Order: sequence, then structure tokens, then C-alpha cells
Amino acid sequence: MSRIEYPANIRVIRVMCSSRIDPVHVLYALKSGADGVLVSGCHPGDCHYINGNHRAKRRIILLKEMLKQLGLEPERVKIDWVSASEGERFTRIVKEFVEELKKLGPNPLREGIWEV
Amino acid sequence: MKARIGVYVCHCGTNIAGVIDAEEVAKYAATLPDVVVARDIMYTCSDPGQNTIREDIEKHGLNRVVIAACSPKMHENTFRKTLESAGLNPYLLEIANIREQASWPHFREREKATEKAKALVRAAVAKAKLLEPLEKRELMVEKSVLVIGGGVAGIQAALDLAEAGLKVYLVEKSPSIGGHMAQLNKTFPTIDCSACILTPRMVDVANHPNITLLAYSEVVKVEGYVGNFEVTILKKARYVDEELCAGCGACADACPRKVPNEFDVGLSKRKAIYVPFPQAVPLKYTIDPASCLYMKYGRCKLCVEACPRGAINFDQKDEEVKVKVGAIIVAAGFKTFDARRIPSLGYGKYRNVITGLELERLSNASGPTGGAVLTASGEKPKSIAFIQCVGSRDLKYNSWCCRIGCMATLKQAFLIKEDDPDTEVYVCHIDMRTAGKGYEEFYRKLREMGVRFIHGVPSELFEDSDGKLMFKVFDQATCHMIELKVDMVVLQTGLEPAEDVERLQKMLNVSLSPEGFFLEAHPKLQPVEASTRGIFFAGCCHSPKDIAETVAHASAAATKAITLLSKGKVAVDPLTATINPEVCSGCEICIGICPYRAIQLTEYGGRRRAKIVDVLCQGCGSCVAACPSNAIEMKGFTEKQILAQIDALTEG
Ligand SMILES: Cc1cc2nc3c(=O)[nH]c(=O)nc-3n(C[C@H](O)[C@H](O)[C@H](O)COP(=O)(O)OP(=O)(O)OC[C@H]3O[C@@H](n4cnc5c(N)ncnc54)[C@H](O)[C@@H]3O)c2cc1C
Ligand code: SF4
Ligand code: SF4
Repeated sequence: MSRIEYPANIRVIRVMCSSRIDPVHVLYALKSGADGVLVSGCHPGDCHYINGNHRAKRRIILLKEMLKQLGLEPERVKIDWVSASEGERFTRIVKEFVEELKKLGPNPLREGIWEV
Repeated sequence: MKARIGVYVCHCGTNIAGVIDAEEVAKYAATLPDVVVARDIMYTCSDPGQNTIREDIEKHGLNRVVIAACSPKMHENTFRKTLESAGLNPYLLEIANIREQASWPHFREREKATEKAKALVRAAVAKAKLLEPLEKRELMVEKSVLVIGGGVAGIQAALDLAEAGLKVYLVEKSPSIGGHMAQLNKTFPTIDCSACILTPRMVDVANHPNITLLAYSEVVKVEGYVGNFEVTILKKARYVDEELCAGCGACADACPRKVPNEFDVGLSKRKAIYVPFPQAVPLKYTIDPASCLYMKYGRCKLCVEACPRGAINFDQKDEEVKVKVGAIIVAAGFKTFDARRIPSLGYGKYRNVITGLELERLSNASGPTGGAVLTASGEKPKSIAFIQCVGSRDLKYNSWCCRIGCMATLKQAFLIKEDDPDTEVYVCHIDMRTAGKGYEEFYRKLREMGVRFIHGVPSELFEDSDGKLMFKVFDQATCHMIELKVDMVVLQTGLEPAEDVERLQKMLNVSLSPEGFFLEAHPKLQPVEASTRGIFFAGCCHSPKDIAETVAHASAAATKAITLLSKGKVAVDPLTATINPEVCSGCEICIGICPYRAIQLTEYGGRRRAKIVDVLCQGCGSCVAACPSNAIEMKGFTEKQILAQIDALTEG
């Protein structure tokens, strides 16, 4: 059994390529109460679908700008690269992300502080 | 139709159940809306496991199945077949990955892992409800294969394919097939003569009725898709009529123009009209337009006079050949690292610093010195030092291990010692890597033969006034600084991607790894397939390999192509995107986005609309997220399905 661990409070949705992810999905997840959203794809230049990850990256960067304007911490959304053989790296990214989110505190949308 | 869902929670032995309470997850699943049965099963992928699902489909009239088990990468296909055999559309399946995503990473937090498994099952059930049956489309295929590159990989693949009855077009860019193996002297670890084992195969290629050999040619355009590629090949003018040329060489004898011979890595001269080496296949002479006197200055034509068959034809033009093939095997090989990039090692400056490939030519009986390894002044070297990993395992140059350098050095050192046991041989290495059948034994033998292995590599070489080479190296094994003065230094340069890979990559729409080698669809389970269907990789263009590995890889690629084409038709995966022409605004944004050029413009009701060619679509979903009109839907990953999963996961 693999001995690599990461925090148990992350939930996973499978898509074929990070480029399938519409910023709307990320916003929807935040609105539904997720404290953060991690988009993970293949490394730049190593995309299983040629260049889908670049598209995903651009979209997420734009989305983070938009979050700022909405007054929501852009750090709640993260995009990073993990290949199928990089369990350690994935673990590290998730751990760090969870730590960052803990610092930010609960998602104000979930707390019902804001209405969307 | 109302969804009737069956949920199966797999124990995977203790892989899942050792951490997650599978029974509890199954009980929980039973409470979810539309779930008709929910069970936990020891091994769902086993025969009894699959039978349980089949029986339930029949008994409970299930029309959706959710399996909570390992990654869909493992068994999605297995379970699709289970559904199909029970008369259910195979795409009415959803997998919740509770092994890689829950039991493994949270093995110390049993309760949290179980909670997470429940959430994943909840999301899978929510998605399953929205699944729709999808139909595979069948496509007729062309029973022929294009092989790009005629090294040992391309040769092996072509012969295997031809033997299986497929038509093969073997395209080699240089005037002869053979690749690097034709340049080698002996091969490790058995010290077989490289040409003796390769040339019979080259001749088989030339004679096989199913193989069309297009040497001195290049693929310039590839269109179409799996089963139906349309390929344009540029056959470069040799200025020699291949039908008439008998390979006698009278022309080359007469030709006054001498230039460095690429085949001998520039160590010998060839004529402007030449064959690269005597056993070339096809044995047809070629005029190199860059050095031919007539072509450059309009005067000479001595070869025309000399040729007894009137084969020389200066009016010959490049020719385009178009072929249709069902599959493509890329076997474009490698090139060696250019040692000039590390100036401190003196290659190109000090005359007695040579590369491993040059040593192959020097030690070869048909090479420039008739097999004598000589220094620049024509003497037999009394001492030789090999320097390993030149350009390899070095973050400044190539990060990877070239895989064959250690063994190539051992082979060359063996041949030198065998020729004259008194020659001093030093091998300066980072560490010797000799994994492979009979390789470690060979290494031991060389130590016994008195080759000195030094655990360290020098960073700089100096030339003495007598032409000898001096350097210092710290031996980590003895913790001593060693100073050496030798007659000859051999730089074992690494293997890197061939010149042309980026052009090939773009033309074929396949991926490259960051190193520039072709990227396979899966590093373990699909080591020869490209992620674009119908395209396969063979040999060193995929990653550095020795000959045995290259041959095995090439045979694997051939087998995959044979399997693909043997039925005469292929099924098109229905997990593709589709555009609703009623909603599409014809903005063309998706056309530029699609990495597979799968989207085209068409007419719909008198308007311009985008349309997806399903066989080309690989289902990445890029276009779906990009379309400003929300006109594109991704089968199997629809907007509704993804939102339903988010809802299910953020609930509770
Ligand atoms: C110094 C040295 C010593 C070696 N010694 C040994 C040994 O003793 N034992 C051993 O097992 N292995 C040895 N090897 C490794 C061996 O050479 C390789 O395993 C083998 O050559 C790989 O074959 P390949 O067909 O993949 O590539 P290549 O031999 O490189 O062949 C590729 C072919 O494709 C052609 N090509 C490239 N691009 C195109 C294009 N765009 N269109 C058409 N054609 C194209 C090239 O012209 C070439 O003919 C040695 C390698 C080196 C460098
Ligand atoms: S015409 Fe060109 S190829 Fe022929 S002999 Fe003269 S230089 Fe050589
Ligand atoms: S899903 Fe990907 S491959 Fe298919 S048409 Fe859209 S962008 Fe192209």
C-alpha cells in the first residue's frame, strides 16, 4: 500500500483534461461552500492533450483576477501541475493548499455571510 | 425512464476494506435516491464480482451502475464490458475511486476515509442519474502502415507488419536504411558484429513484397485520423535513376569531388555521388547537390560518362507520393550530444579527444582506418581514458541518463583490451549503470581484465605539447585526486531527441515529453501508443534504449498496429464533444482552441456553424469551456453532470 498521505478533506471530480474546467465550475463549487478549489493538470509542455493545460492556466489566472474584484480571496483557487507519477508532489501541493485555506478561514459564501 | 441504480463497494482485498468500512458505505449508498441495490464485494473485478453485477442488472432491472473501487484508469473498461454483456449500454457506468482517492492516502484516518468514500459515492450516484447511453461508431480502416525512420526500430516494425500481411511504407530520410546500428562495430554484451546481424534484415526489407521502401524521402504532410490517414511523402531527387542504377560505383570512382563522409562521422571522405556505406539498402547512388561540381558550377558530368547504364539524370525532380494508411509508427531515433557544447573537454580543439560514436567507426573493419584505433598522429594509443555521461545527467545539458553509454564504453574497452591487453584503459564515471541481461557480468569481466574504473569525471582537459591529454579527477572510491596523462580521450556522449522531432510532433499532433522525446499515452500500460489514436512510437525516439530494447519496443508497436487494423474497422470512442448548431454562433473560437484540429466550419441552415469531427476529437473538453455560447457539450462529462457532482460533494 502506498504510504503517501494528504488531508482527508479534499473531494475529487474527474475530468479528462484540466482544460475541461470552466471557471463557472470553480465559482459554483465556491458558492456551494467549498473553501477552495484546486485545479491540477499535466506539467506545461507535458500535456496529455497537447496544450490543454495552458488553456486551463490562462482561464484560472483570469478567474483569480475576477475573484479579487468580487472581494473574495484569490488564494482560494489554485492551479498546479502534477503528473501521474508524482504522488509526493500532489501530496505536498494539497497539504500546502489546505494550510493556506485554514489561514484564510471558512469560505464566507458558505457561512452565509454573503449572498450571491 | 427513471434511474434504477446499483452501487457496488469493492473491498479490493484489504486495499480498501483495510481502511474504509465498505459495508457501511454500501449501507449508506442504499439510502441515496434512485439506488435500488447496494452491496459490498470482496473483489468486484473478479468473475464472481462481475457476475453479481450482471445478475442484479437482470433481477432488479438496473439501468445505471456505480462502482466504488480503484481508479477508472484500472478497470473502467473491464466494467464497461460487464455492463455490455448484461445487455446494458456500457456508458451507463460511473466509477467512484475510493482506493487511490480515499483508502490509500488516508490510511491512518479510517473514519475520515470512510466519510470521504461516502461523499465520492454520493457524487457518483448523482452523476450516474444523469448518464446517457452512448453509441460507438465503427469506421473502416486502411490495412496499411506508415513507418517513419529506417533504423533498427523501423526495420523491425516494418518486417513484423509485413509478415502479418499488412502493407508497409517505410520512409527513411537518409539515402540508406540502417540508422545508428549500421555505424556500430560490435554490440554489447555479446560482442556480435553489428552489421552482420543488421544487414540481413535490411535486405529482407528491400525484398519483402509487402514493404515499399522510400529512402531519401520525408513525410511532409499527414491528414485524416485513425484508420484513414492521408500521407504526403517527398521523395527527394537522387539525380540517379533508381531503376537503372546497379550500384556498381563507377560514377563515384570517376567523381573528382571529395567531402566528409557523414556515415564515418566525418572521419573519412566520400564523393559527391555516393552510397553512405557498401551494404547500403537500397544500393543506389545519390548525388549530393550541395557538393556536386556540375550542380554548383555547371561543369563536370564525369559521372555521366562513367556510368555504364546511363542512370545519371540531372533533370530528376523531387517527387510527391501520396499514400493512405491506417496507422503510423514513428521510429525516428536519436542524435548524439554535441560535445562541443562543453568546451572545457576540448572536443574539436584537441585532436585526440574523440566521441564514442567516432570510436565505433575507427574500430570498425570497414571504417576509415580499416579497424585500427589510431591517434591523430597515426600511432596506436598506449593509454585511453573514457569519460562517461558527457552531456547526460547534467541539469545544464540533458538531465536524463542515456542508458547505453556505460555499456557502450564497457564494450569499447573490452575490444581495446582484447586487441592489446597492455593498453591502459581508464573509465571515469559518475557511476556505472549495468542493469540488463548479462550486463553486470560483462562489467565484472572488464574489471578482471584490468580496466581502471575511476569514480568521478574530470571537468577540464589539457593538451600537452606532445599531443597527450592531461587531466585531474577526484576518485570518490579512494578519496584521492588522480592525475592522468593519456594518448586518447573518448567522450561518451549522451543520446538526445533527433533533429526533426518538433516538425514531426506538429505534423502528427502528438505530444513530446519535456526532454523532447515522444510521449506515450501511459508510462506503464501504454508504452508504445501515442495519445492520438492510430499512432505508435518505436525505439529511441521515445527514450534512449539499447538495441534489444529497441527491437522489443518496435515489435510491440507493430503488434499494436496489427491489433488495431486486424478487424478491418475500429470503434470510435463516443466520449467526444458535440456542438449544437442551433446554439452555435459561428464565432470560431473553438476552432483555434482544439489541439487536435477536430473542429471544422460547416453550413447549417444557411449559416456558418462549427462542427466536431468525432474521430478526431480526443475528448479533452477544451472547446466546451471556451465556447461563449455554451453550444458545446461533452459526452460523459456534461455541464449538468459536473454541477451535480459539485452539489453532491459540497453537501453535508
Ligand atoms: C556510440 C554508441 C554505441 C552503441 N552501442 C550499442 C551496443 O553495443 N549495443 C546496443 O544494444 N546498443 C548500442 N547503441 C544504441 C543503438 O545505437 C540504438 O539502440 C539503436 O540504434 C536505436 O535504433 P532506432 O531505430 O531507435 O534509432 P536510429 O538508429 O537513430 O534510427 C533512426 C532512423 O530514422 C531516420 N530518421 C530520423 N528522422 C527521420 C524523419 N523525420 N523521417 C524519416 N527518417 C528519419 C534516421 O535517419 C535513422 O535512419 C549504441 C549507441 C551509440 C551512440
Ligand atoms: S557531376 Fe557531380 S556527382 Fe557527377 S562526377 Fe561530377 S561532381 Fe561528381
Ligand atoms: S473536446 Fe477537445 S478534442 Fe474534442 S473537439 Fe473539443 S477541443 Fe477538440
